[in-house]
Amino acid sequence: MTATPHLNTEHPKHNLTGFIIFLCSESVIFLAFFSGFALLKTAALNWLPPGVEGLEWRTPLLNTVVLISSSGTIWLAERCMSKGNLVGFRAFWLLTMALGAYFLYGQAVEWGGLQFGFTSGVFGGTFYLLTGFHGLHVATGVFLMGLMLVKSFIPQNYAGGEQGVQATSLFWHFVDVIWIILFVLLYVWQRS
Amino acid sequence: MTSATFPPSPPENTSWSRYFGFNTDAKVIGIQYIVTAFFFFLIGGLLAMIIRGELITPPADLVDRTVYNGIYTMHGTIMLFLFIFPVLNGLNNLLIPTMIGAPDMAFPRLNAVAFWLVPIFGALLIGSFFVPGGPAYSGWWSYPPVSTQNPLGHFINGQGLWITAVALSGVSSIMGAINFVTTILRMRAPGMGFFRMPVYCWTALAAQSLQLIGLPALTGGAVMLLMDLSFGTSFYQPEGGGDPVLYQHFFWFYSHPAVYVIILPVFGIFSELFPVYSRKPLFGYVYVCLASFIIVALGLVVWVHHMFPSGVAQWMRNFFMFSTMLIAVPTGVKVFAWLGTIWRGKLRLTTPMLFCLGGLFNFVFAGITGIMLATVPVDIHVSNTYFVVGHFHYVIYGAAVMGIFAAIYHWFPKFIGRMPYEGLGKLHFLLTFIGANLNFLPMHPLGLMGMPRRVSSYDPEFAFWNVLASLGAFLLGVSIIPFLLNMVSAWVRGPKAPHNPWNAIGLEWLLPSPPPEDNFGEHVPTVISRPYGYGTGEPLVEHQAEIENQLTLEEARA
Repeated sequence: MTATPHLNTEHPKHNLTGFIIFLCSESVIFLAFFSGFALLKTAALNWLPPGVEGLEWRTPLLNTVVLISSSGTIWLAERCMSKGNLVGFRAFWLLTMALGAYFLYGQAVEWGGLQFGFTSGVFGGTFYLLTGFHGLHVATGVFLMGLMLVKSFIPQNYAGGEQGVQATSLFWHFVDVIWIILFVLLYVWQRS
Repeated sequence: MTSATFPPSPPENTSWSRYFGFNTDAKVIGIQYIVTAFFFFLIGGLLAMIIRGELITPPADLVDRTVYNGIYTMHGTIMLFLFIFPVLNGLNNLLIPTMIGAPDMAFPRLNAVAFWLVPIFGALLIGSFFVPGGPAYSGWWSYPPVSTQNPLGHFINGQGLWITAVALSGVSSIMGAINFVTTILRMRAPGMGFFRMPVYCWTALAAQSLQLIGLPALTGGAVMLLMDLSFGTSFYQPEGGGDPVLYQHFFWFYSHPAVYVIILPVFGIFSELFPVYSRKPLFGYVYVCLASFIIVALGLVVWVHHMFPSGVAQWMRNFFMFSTMLIAVPTGVKVFAWLGTIWRGKLRLTTPMLFCLGGLFNFVFAGITGIMLATVPVDIHVSNTYFVVGHFHYVIYGAAVMGIFAAIYHWFPKFIGRMPYEGLGKLHFLLTFIGANLNFLPMHPLGLMGMPRRVSSYDPEFAFWNVLASLGAFLLGVSIIPFLLNMVSAWVRGPKAPHNPWNAIGLEWLLPSPPPEDNFGEHVPTVISRPYGYGTGEPLVEHQAEIENQLTLEEARA
């Protein structure tokens, strides 16, 4: 009797299933923050801190456009990948990374010009919590994309890379959808 | 499949040392989880002994009041986050891959990381006994504003460590849940459709789905609590526009379903064990499976019943009263299925069966008091009294922990390869059953009489029932001695276990005891029927007789 070879259970299909399940549980964290925001806002007597009129929406709107376009470019990158066009993949992938980085820059500029801080009542707290937590996800997405870009240069990792590309792209669309909800909650719904 | 290549070789490394390091074998991780959990169980139990020692007489004469607050806070936290969730994750690790014919979990390394977070957050929680100001003292639910007061001003304080540990435990459990769900969805043996899957796997799938939906909410709420405590935000501070009731929503949105996360796998254990020891197929298999998911769906819309006295709107009280009561329907389906299974069966009163019967008895009792508590007027009357403590402990210790003991006695021969001793097991059962009922039953009259919980001194009129409860608690404490004695001595020099000592049906019983590292390896048998064909003679897998003969031959040779 011979020992059976150890099976590699880390099958690519499992990875994607696991990742989708992970994204489902991530969306519950955001849902918790969003519902907390809505509850606090509708119940608060003084929502805005003294001296603050509201949020300026032009920079965030530009940021929204940038992020939505990046969802398009990542889709194009994925399409190139599935057709075996590695050069096209890298070009669109890099463009997506650049758009993501621009979003983070725009967020930083907005934070720098704000009249209130993290501890300025419940308004400040929720604003920085929501945008900060989302920004952390954008940064993670850009980092993951960098990782996949490096991986795409290693020939034997190509199959594994494709798997990672799918997961990263899913993550990026997720981050995008979250931002749209966040934009509506924070910037569009300013008057209760 | 040819029977000549079966069974696979035994594990290569069987030394004790593999349990003390980073190992990716789900069976090793399972045992690591269970042993670690019982280590913390002893600490949590010791704290319970101090609580009941304090309450055996009316005045607060054993420990300082603040220390007492810290002790009951830590008792609850340790028992839930360091004992019961880890022990269930341990059972999942042992049972899920072997029951569905998978070689391991879907993500073995993630599995090991999830386990090693347990001793880390355990150290954070136990370490909080030694920081200035002592451990968290705001109860295991840590409601603000009590939990957001930091009178000492230290950055590292008991409450901060508590929140960090709970958030880490959430991360560990989410990792585990992703792994268990992926494994069950993706790695079942050929022929094992969902309606040929053992009920334990159904209940684990249901419970882990609940973890995935509920836990992130608690983790999010805990992050906001930590910020209020340490960085001066005001999510839960009314003076800054925040709302302390918001925390209660986050907390109970997870922590009520957490009860189902605990009890659903125990339902799975009951459903596995009753057929074995009654020699009858599980009655109403499909309904038992589906009821688990109905419990999940309803379990997510009941959390406000913990907040009836917290100032929630009347319509919410009504809605959550009815949704809570509805849970009794799928639960009742299960109870009747078990009764139907035992009915006219050939009962074998072994230790696992005794624990199942005792657990079922306690669970039915807890269900009745649960319906009482769901009723708004009764709940408002007995809220924050010992009635709630009694109900809760009947569910958790009376039903869940007894179910877990049943599982340990039942699957010990499979995973350790040695038989536990029946005599010690029965003594353990007797002490546990009497101890639990003597401990938790008196809490109900105490609550109805109005004795508040979380107090270290009380009016002498409550003394009689408190003495009884304390005696029961000490008996429960003593009951652990035969259990530990049994486990250690059986592990060291118990009689060698055959591959199927209970004559049970299930893929795990078609493996040698203990199973080899990759379970069936490349020789996963094809499943052709449901796993409860007791008394029908129906085989579970193709070539079952050949596999069994081969295993018996191997055992005779060894």
